[in-house]
Amino acid sequence: MHFAWKEKLNLPGLATLAALLLLWEASTRLSPTLQFYFPPLSQILLSLFDLFLAREVVGHCLTTLGRFLGGYLLSAALAVSCGIALGYFRRTYNLCEVLIEFLRPMPSVAIIPVAILFLGIGDRMVVAVTVYACTWPILINTIDGVRNIDGTLIDTGRTFGLSRWTILRKIALPGASPYILTGLRISLPIGLILVTTSEMVVGGGGLGFFILDEERSLRTSNMYAGIILVALLGYLLNRLFLVFESKAMVWHRGMRAEGPV
Amino acid sequence: MPLLKVEELSKSYRQLDGGLTLATREISIQVDKGEFVSLVGPSGCGKTTLLMCIAGLIPPSAGRVLIKGVEVNGPAPDLVLIFQEFNRSLFAWRSVLGNVLFGLEAKRKRSRDAEEKARHLIRLVGLEGFERHHPWELSGGMQQRVAIARALAYEPEILLMDEPFGSVDALTRLELEDTLLRLWQELGSTILFVTHDIEEAIYLSDKIYILSRRPSRVMHRIEVDLSRPRHQLATRADARFMKFRNEIYKQISNETGRDANVK
Repeated sequence: MHFAWKEKLNLPGLATLAALLLLWEASTRLSPTLQFYFPPLSQILLSLFDLFLAREVVGHCLTTLGRFLGGYLLSAALAVSCGIALGYFRRTYNLCEVLIEFLRPMPSVAIIPVAILFLGIGDRMVVAVTVYACTWPILINTIDGVRNIDGTLIDTGRTFGLSRWTILRKIALPGASPYILTGLRISLPIGLILVTTSEMVVGGGGLGFFILDEERSLRTSNMYAGIILVALLGYLLNRLFLVFESKAMVWHRGMRAEGPV
Repeated sequence: MPLLKVEELSKSYRQLDGGLTLATREISIQVDKGEFVSLVGPSGCGKTTLLMCIAGLIPPSAGRVLIKGVEVNGPAPDLVLIFQEFNRSLFAWRSVLGNVLFGLEAKRKRSRDAEEKARHLIRLVGLEGFERHHPWELSGGMQQRVAIARALAYEPEILLMDEPFGSVDALTRLELEDTLLRLWQELGSTILFVTHDIEEAIYLSDKIYILSRRPSRVMHRIEVDLSRPRHQLATRADARFMKFRNEIYKQISNETGRDANVK
């Protein structure tokens, strides 16, 4: 799965996609009534091109990307540090367990009105909602990761005279990193969903706002162009993440291939 | 003043049903600077518990541990314990070099020549050329060498070793014993070594404490005055080696109720 992108091109899969796109193009050209809902693909791509020429959409892309990265990175820092403490200190976890179990399954979009109430509409609110949503998978996986570290490793840190803080930093963090990376991978699309959704709700620029705004202005072709852009953004971010993960986790894959040492 | 002094150390565990199990009973031992001391006893006699107490990783129920006259309270500084499960104690995300460097980092000695020091130790334990390998790419014996190099990098006053060669094959074991003796002599270390292998204890040690089965106590202390450097064939063929072996074997098997007269 992690290597899928490194392997040979999946030709049948690409052929299926091409066939569907052709079908789309052909059917919309044949039926003018469909064209309002489904503009021909070629027309959407032309709109996309025009939008880029007009520069406006580039700004929306950057706004969305900026909000996403801000929220995602903040939540990563927050959730990893809290997760390590919660995984290591059992009593602290007990204090927070019920709260975590209650908030975690709640659909994160429900927090949007609360964020608006406190932060108004704007970047801070979108980032806050993203941080909230991305935090849970990273937090839960980090806690699991720390719990699964062999006790001998922790005792090794102790016999070498490390302080608790150093044990957390030098042993718990790297030891839990395979789990942490899983959490980060799960949170990536979640973050993008929350950024786009918030933008649809509060406006103020960004691809989510753009998509909804074009729909309301009856420019369906532009709306689809916007959707393609978010899709591309998600795809590229995921690609980037997988490259990072495969570099950072060489040791873990190797260890698993060797079997337990 | 002895480097390490254990005074009447007892450790009991609370069982699930609420009862107490006594693991060790009033154990007193002493290790002087530069000595190689072994603890020998039957399997499951509480040797690991004793080492954990000495290392300060678990608190004793009674008695105390003194290092250079200072009572140990919490993980003892200047002391490193090499665990029986050495493979599980190595950092899989670090290379061999990284693992050894950890010993220097822990001592806050990661200076510019740290890497050179680490490479030197890796050479000393015979792992030259494997610096960039990860622990999981190595055999059990090689992993144990990494664990030893990492511990030595910390330059502990005392090195505690818990049945370190228990899970490697016989030949590797002999090699590791000789590597350890060579390092001990070259670096002037002090080692407290736990094993259930009587011959290994005699071959390595200056002094052997024989422990009874659980709850363990010190039954006997033996000074091993075999000449050094020791040699796997010559030392083991020495008549006095045989004498020590019989003596220790009798002590342990009498205690466990087996017939000691077989030998």
